[in-house]
Amino acid sequence: MYKFYHLRLAAALVMGLNAQTALAGEMWITNEKDHTVSVIDTKTLKVKATYNVGLRPRGITFAKDFSELYICASDDDAIDVLDPNTGLVIRRLESGEDPEQFALHPDNKHLYISNEEDALATVLNVETGEAVAEIDVGIEPEGMAVSPDGKIAIVTSETTNMVHWIDTESAEIFNNTLVAQRPRHGEFSKSGDRLWVSSEIGGTIAIIDTATQEIIQTLNMHIPGISDDLIQPVGIRLTDDGTKAFVALGPANHVAVIDAKTFEAIGFVLVGRRVWHLEFAEDEKQVFATNGISGDVTVIDVETLKPIKTIKVGRFPWGAAFRPG
Amino acid sequence: MQIYLVKLSAAIFGVVCAVSAAFNTPAQAEGIKADISYVRLTVERPPVLSNLDPIPPDEGLAGAVLGNNDNAGTGKFLGHKYSLSVFDLLKDGTLAPISGPLKQPGDLILIDAPAVAILAFADRPANADHLILNVRSPDVALRDANCRANVLHTAPSYAMRGDALAQFLLLRRWNDLVMIEGRHPADHAFANALQSSARKFGLMIKQVKKWVIDADLRRTASTELPLLTQEFPRHDILIVADETDDFARYLPYNTWLPRPIAGSEGITPVAWSGAVESWGAAQLQARFTDTAARTMRPVDYAAWAAIRSIGEAVTRTNSSDAASLRNYILSAAFELAGFKGRKLSFRNWNGQMRQVIHLTHPRAVVANAPLPGFLHQHSELDTLGLDAPESTCGAFDNP
Repeated sequence: MYKFYHLRLAAALVMGLNAQTALAGEMWITNEKDHTVSVIDTKTLKVKATYNVGLRPRGITFAKDFSELYICASDDDAIDVLDPNTGLVIRRLESGEDPEQFALHPDNKHLYISNEEDALATVLNVETGEAVAEIDVGIEPEGMAVSPDGKIAIVTSETTNMVHWIDTESAEIFNNTLVAQRPRHGEFSKSGDRLWVSSEIGGTIAIIDTATQEIIQTLNMHIPGISDDLIQPVGIRLTDDGTKAFVALGPANHVAVIDAKTFEAIGFVLVGRRVWHLEFAEDEKQVFATNGISGDVTVIDVETLKPIKTIKVGRFPWGAAFRPG
Repeated sequence: MQIYLVKLSAAIFGVVCAVSAAFNTPAQAEGIKADISYVRLTVERPPVLSNLDPIPPDEGLAGAVLGNNDNAGTGKFLGHKYSLSVFDLLKDGTLAPISGPLKQPGDLILIDAPAVAILAFADRPANADHLILNVRSPDVALRDANCRANVLHTAPSYAMRGDALAQFLLLRRWNDLVMIEGRHPADHAFANALQSSARKFGLMIKQVKKWVIDADLRRTASTELPLLTQEFPRHDILIVADETDDFARYLPYNTWLPRPIAGSEGITPVAWSGAVESWGAAQLQARFTDTAARTMRPVDYAAWAAIRSIGEAVTRTNSSDAASLRNYILSAAFELAGFKGRKLSFRNWNGQMRQVIHLTHPRAVVANAPLPGFLHQHSELDTLGLDAPESTCGAFDNP
């Protein structure tokens, strides 16, 4: 413990001396009920800045070169584009109604956006601000992901209980996979051959084969002392090496750590209340978890699977995006 | 059965790889069509003191219309079609078609009527194999001695609402209660349920008064009601059974002791309210307001949940046959996301839909039942209403 503090002190000292150079990474958090983003220094684990953005910020992602930050301003029906060096909104893109989540295509040019209240997915060119396609999907679309090769986009619709598979070339749905109740989030494996989908009310994770769009595994999780119907998975992150999956379990207030090969639970990490989304920092040495109800972010050490710090941010922290130093 | 086996064999602290077959997309079926009928009996309501808050004429039906749209949203990807037809149940028992493609109700029915009319309808020989979902009646006997195998209930019973309130009061340690009971049969039924709930959870209803005042309370509440409530023994909270929305609105702040009100006024245990906004409920509320141009009420919610239950069963079974849908809805595999924070399912001993009951006042949700600490060996939702050992219903084949 002592050592830990010394290290932090030293880090703070270094930071103070090199105020101009951004050595440390940054975790950017959207605060849904504050219309702000909080920026956490991933070395000191302190909030170093808070910036105003559009109304009800939820989905958040960086451009592939980290030069720009995109944020769904849901109640402004817009995507705010921030300069991460200044925290200023430098332009605003019309996204269609109520953008909730999005995914950036590997071409670094097209955002695939779920329009929650309109049962639509919008494809937006971030350079021109032009909506290049609108795709009818199920009711309350939310989770959005693009396969690593860029050929497939998926969207989960919460009330229709489906994963819609979109051919990014034609911008048309080519298949639908029925999953358990209220699918919230989809995440492709690094290789792209698997898609993990969380069903919040179903309480399960479906692991889907990308080639056939068929479910190959359904995971149920049990934590002693917690009612099964409160295990409500939402955010998912998979390690690049394909060994582990982290799953945020909502009102169960835990993050599940799953062996991505055997699908066995490695452990459950206690975090804050209603844990929502997750993001890796520092070469996947840490996972940040947003706790919507308690208004904070828990940092989990990936090696020890222990929560190392909880950091107060704004009201209803929703999404997280990492920018390396 | 498969699911139970899997659960049993799983390590407590583990992740189970369930057989995925249950969740696979059904083959694109041609010609699956679910024609759902909404059968309603318009009841004359007794006069009430206030002109505020009239009951909308499309109460219930508006929820069914939204649920039908939601079903169609899923159906379009699976080749499943849905229709909704509306029928008025007339006093002589005949059915008048109001709208929709059907001229006679099919075998998938939502019924919006009092308990007596539901029983008469369900007991017609021609309806014996129909799937009938009660979206309005909170009558406890319908889930108990008067249950019917062909009738399921998405509306919560008075017992569920009473138990929700009792849990809340117990958690607050507001153990000493007094009650005012209105003059209508519905008031009496709710008061009875509140009495049972108080007994079940160890609360004390120290005195009950029947409502007798017939003055115009819009002018006299501040003089009449302190006198009425002055006679009560000491209590923590005043509960009121006024299910026709007649007088209870005049009680808050006009009591002799400064005490909160609960029951039909003040903190109300309800299936739904405009104040519910968590768990994605804001989306459902917004969709409802877009189609109905008003706030979603409990009966609207029950109708939405009923039609969504049918839709969910059609989606998963790839069938629109009443018997198959009923079997699926009552099975352990059935689950429905209902914007209440916990999945909805049905009790296989009396056909009642399990659901969270919200304790609300008009501007916010106070708490949600089941409250923390009220545990159950199977589902905490079964701490509300008639649990399997309590129900005398014998019409369902419990596995």
